[in-house]
Amino acid sequence: MNTALTTIPLSTLGIGSVCQIVSLNLQGLLRRRILDLGMVPGTPVQCIRKSPTGDPVAYMVRDTLIALRSEDASQIHVNPM
Amino acid sequence: MSAAVKPMITLEEICAEAEKIRLSNPNLGDKIVSDIYHNAEMIAGPAVSKNSTDSRSWDHKLDDILTSRLFGYPIMFALLSIIFWITIAGANVPSQMIADTLFAFQDQLLIWFELAGAPSWLTGIVVLGMFRGLAWVIAVMLPPMAIFFPLFTLLEDLGYLPRVAFNLDNMFKKCRACGKQILTMCMGFGCNAAGVVSCRIIDSPRERLIAVLTNNFVPCNGRFPTLIAIATIFMGGMVVSELQTAVASLVVTSLVVLGIFITFAVSWALSHTLLKGEASSMVLELPPYRKPQLGAIFYRSLIDRTIFVLKRAIIMAAPAGAITWLLANIYIGEISIIGHLAAWLQPFAYAIGLDGFILLAFILGLPANEIVMPILLMCYLSTGQMMEFGTLEELRDILINNNWTWLTAVCTMLFCLLHWPCTTTLLSAYKETGSKKWTFLTFLIPTIIAFTVCFLVAQSARLLNLV
Repeated sequence: MNTALTTIPLSTLGIGSVCQIVSLNLQGLLRRRILDLGMVPGTPVQCIRKSPTGDPVAYMVRDTLIALRSEDASQIHVNPM
Repeated sequence: MSAAVKPMITLEEICAEAEKIRLSNPNLGDKIVSDIYHNAEMIAGPAVSKNSTDSRSWDHKLDDILTSRLFGYPIMFALLSIIFWITIAGANVPSQMIADTLFAFQDQLLIWFELAGAPSWLTGIVVLGMFRGLAWVIAVMLPPMAIFFPLFTLLEDLGYLPRVAFNLDNMFKKCRACGKQILTMCMGFGCNAAGVVSCRIIDSPRERLIAVLTNNFVPCNGRFPTLIAIATIFMGGMVVSELQTAVASLVVTSLVVLGIFITFAVSWALSHTLLKGEASSMVLELPPYRKPQLGAIFYRSLIDRTIFVLKRAIIMAAPAGAITWLLANIYIGEISIIGHLAAWLQPFAYAIGLDGFILLAFILGLPANEIVMPILLMCYLSTGQMMEFGTLEELRDILINNNWTWLTAVCTMLFCLLHWPCTTTLLSAYKETGSKKWTFLTFLIPTIIAFTVCFLVAQSARLLNLV
């Protein structure tokens, strides 16, 4: 697989860029929440906007706008598209 | 049935089997969720057609302004001020009308009681105690509530509140708390008991406790009328009449901002002492903005909230009015019981910028914050000056006749903002936390902060000879 070479943390994605989820490095309740929102491997995600202080950041997932803190987003590995 | 598969009979056996399968496939849960979404995509893909992105682009434009670096915070502050301004400006006239009607009826009641030959203690308890307390609560609380709640529900319905959480989350993260705490605080504006219950939306137990313990620092609807009345009388009274409403709403907004600031400070302190821990995760959905449904707004805000809060206030105000009247009219020696209690509280109360009667009213108002002002007025009115009240000017005269200065006003507003929560809130905190210790802290932390802040303000003002 060539994905391992090019994956980046979701938190480093610039506004407007689109990516595809590769893996979730999360545990417990948060992992469940993220999966339940439809953020499963293969799902396209677009970075939409940052809050006034730069954190959290809102992402568009399956037509839903979801805000994540940078700590949590950095545990989600994505493939930029 | 093949011999290899043993039939399972009990639920326990089935659970054990399920657990075995789960443990042998570490990512089974992930696979199930992925499959569900994959199936849903296959079904939805050919069947669902999407409209152009028109509505989404509207959302983006609104979000660009409402969560922007430059305008995000000023807009939040402005919206809050505007809501208070509309509430204060709009509530004046109806308050006056309700007061006129109810106090005219009080005079009628007095005449009827006299005609019926009722003894004076009965007239006192029923008319001057219960009815007058009720009349005050309705006249002062109903109009602001009937304006404030629909406006607030409108913001809720538009989808603005999650944006507030989005804007402020970073500050909560710095206090190692959850950004959704601001949503529980917004509920607290309506009623702290409801705010405490709404803390269930916070996933982490530690952060939920922080939200429960600090919810009281947003003034609930029972305290707004007190804050608004005092701000209008004393702070608004300092400027020309055209600016009075604006100044009063600015003062109330600043008090709310102070309450939010103290929420941050206490959350931070708790996260570093009693409730040590790191900030956990937060997933916040920002739903699309919707066109508000006016019918639903009016129903929810007027029936569910206004009537609910008013009913509670009335249930509390009637007995409290009767008890206060009794305390004010039973004399031990030369002075009524209320006089004795107030005199005993006077030294503590003076040290924090209040007087004995104000502190006593806050203590007697423990069952419901709505009745603090009525109790206070009954205390003042029973001590000599019999006055009809109802308008703010008359209220102002009563307070000034009882030696209120601007410092008394400031300290009373601060104490009202910061002091202990009402019994309903404490009861909710007990139900939510299931612990006497945390319930006691829900009471203790605001109490200590209220006394400290008022003490500092009063002593510094006196030291600097500002009064």
